Amino acid sequence: MRHIISVLLENESGALSRVAGLFSARGYNIESLTVAPTEDASLSRMTIVTRGTDDIVEQIIKQLNKLIDVVKVSNLSESEQLERELSLIKLRAEGSEARAELKRLTDIFRGHVIDVTESTYIVELTGTGDKIDAFLKAVGRKFIIEVVRSGATGIGRGDRSLVL
Amino acid sequence: MNPVELSGGQIIVQFLKDEGIDFVFGYPGGAVLHIYDALYGQEGVKHILVRHEQAAAHAADGYARATGKPGVLLVTSGPGITNAVTGIATAFMDSIPMVILSGQVALPYIGSDAFQEVDAVGITRPCVKHNFLVKDVRDLAETLKKAFYIANTGRPGPVLVDIPKDTTDPKIKIPYVYPKSVEIRSYNPVVKGHPGQIRRAADLILSARRPMLYTGGGVVLSEASKELIEFTKILGYPITNTLMGLGSYPATDRQFVGMLGMHGTYEANMAMHECDVLIAIGARFDDRVTGKLALFCPTAKIVHIDIDPSSISKNVKVEVPIVGDVKDVLQELIKLLKNTDVVPNPEALAKWWNQIEQWRTKDCLSYDRTSALIKPQYVLEKVYEVTRGEAYVTSDVGQHQMWAAQFYKFDQPRRWINSGGLGTMGFGLPSAMGVQLAFPGSDVVCVTGEASIQMCIQELSTCLQYGLPIKIINLNNRYMGMVRQWQEFFYEGRYSMSYMDALPDFVKLAEAYGHVGMRIDNPGDVEAAVKEAFALKDRLVFMDFRTDQTENVYPMIQAGKGHHEMHLSSERELA
Repeated sequence: MRHIISVLLENESGALSRVAGLFSARGYNIESLTVAPTEDASLSRMTIVTRGTDDIVEQIIKQLNKLIDVVKVSNLSESEQLERELSLIKLRAEGSEARAELKRLTDIFRGHVIDVTESTYIVELTGTGDKIDAFLKAVGRKFIIEVVRSGATGIGRGDRSLVL
Repeated sequence: MNPVELSGGQIIVQFLKDEGIDFVFGYPGGAVLHIYDALYGQEGVKHILVRHEQAAAHAADGYARATGKPGVLLVTSGPGITNAVTGIATAFMDSIPMVILSGQVALPYIGSDAFQEVDAVGITRPCVKHNFLVKDVRDLAETLKKAFYIANTGRPGPVLVDIPKDTTDPKIKIPYVYPKSVEIRSYNPVVKGHPGQIRRAADLILSARRPMLYTGGGVVLSEASKELIEFTKILGYPITNTLMGLGSYPATDRQFVGMLGMHGTYEANMAMHECDVLIAIGARFDDRVTGKLALFCPTAKIVHIDIDPSSISKNVKVEVPIVGDVKDVLQELIKLLKNTDVVPNPEALAKWWNQIEQWRTKDCLSYDRTSALIKPQYVLEKVYEVTRGEAYVTSDVGQHQMWAAQFYKFDQPRRWINSGGLGTMGFGLPSAMGVQLAFPGSDVVCVTGEASIQMCIQELSTCLQYGLPIKIINLNNRYMGMVRQWQEFFYEGRYSMSYMDALPDFVKLAEAYGHVGMRIDNPGDVEAAVKEAFALKDRLVFMDFRTDQTENVYPMIQAGKGHHEMHLSSERELA
């Protein structure tokens, strides 16, 4: 099953490689991993998307907690959470008909065209991974020049927060 | 009074003194020269010069295992630290407290592929509990304190501090105050077990009809031998130890059924297979212990006490997990047992013991005592007798290790020093050095084989330098015995590369290093030779026993089999 795990860790050089090294050393799967400093500059927040049985995910959480640089870990998938991924998609936009259709699709998916040239659009699209997949499918391979995806970030809904 | 001003090198030495460290095992080199200069001429911290950095790590490790205090090593950058990695990984697998001080090229050179530069933090990351790179001399003392704190607490382990040369520059002096304690917000190991879980465990333990105690290295690490004995005596239950746990419960006690696992006793493994409540204490359900997981303790409900949450339900699902320090949890359990009227069902327990006594009659460790060749088991029995079971015994890895575990009956913890998790050949001699330095007046025995001993043989030189009267029991069968055994069983006798050809004359070799060498060829000479060697109190004696080449370690559970599927000997196949 797919799990989203949030990690608060010391914002120190090497902390990221400890987490990445843990996953490769123990053969855990990483679908995506994002990390950035938090409003508290001494902490980074990481979101890891992984797949595994409940036993494996339990071990992942325990092993993450065991890393000295890790301050707190939460399996967001255990309850309601919001998940978003940012994507920047460069599209081949040549000819008025294609340009109009691509703009229409972008609107339907609540994306924004953020750069325009004579032959290209860049679309910014935020949503779950599924939504981005769906957009890419709708656009079709022949129009896609380049895709950049941030990987998922997540946050627990309501009162459930991962803070110090 | 103003604090003293010290250079980085001096801070390291002063810190080690303040931390109460007696010995540092190491080898100098460019990146640590400032530190070695600070060591020069001082008293308090004694530096032991090894002949290879791997041995520095094993010696520090042996010291730590025998004393319970952290082992400290000091190595230079590049090959200094890479040589030490095997020893660090060895300590990591067995949760041994250790602090590694490694030199690094000066900060401005890091990342430039400078002479003797490796990414020590990167290379050691998977085999240390934690590691640090010191980027400023002002962080040095606190980082060292953190390193010792992390190494010693929770589930212990090695911690590396990588120290760039410019942070130990003798020209740069800063005020130094010994940091008595340190706070790490992300590191708070649990000590106390959950009271509700402890009560649940006590209920389950008392309800057992066929109980079994299975205890490991965690009991040794937690200094909980006394509590374990009391707990086991109150209950009257059978107990087995893992390879790492030997000595934490007296092997000569009637309730002890021997070691379990791949080369454990018949009675221990059968009791594991048949028990209805298993009480696992400070043990981690290693594959050499469990055999095939699907067949492991098929009828048992399991209580598991461990300080490391990630050890719990990692390999085997348990009913009652208790995260906490073994000593602390056992004390709580003992209190509960003393304050309850509930006792284990006496008839069921008597029946269970009857069954165990029946298994015992198989005499699974018996061997041919009439052979004209020296049997390795016999040598170990004699060593046990001559040392009255009180020696510190280190071992290398292979058949001799298993025989030592089976035939030297350890009655005290921290006497059996071996590389259980990583299985590092070359561990025996250097670890014995660490033990002998810690206990200069005690008998220290290194049980080894002609293959293992050659992996760190150069340390015979260190032993001479420091006058370490270690007794080396070389069980020389001219084979890598355990490899040969597996090739006999599983590769139809194709002894690929397991034969030790062109062996040195170990007697002359020992003498060349300034020690006493003995060669023993006949069973009739074994006892006298052992007595003679141990009478030489201040000399290292290398005893080269020419043993039966084809002797195998029994009993044996093949990898992937269950506890009840043991081979007792070549004649007595399935039990």
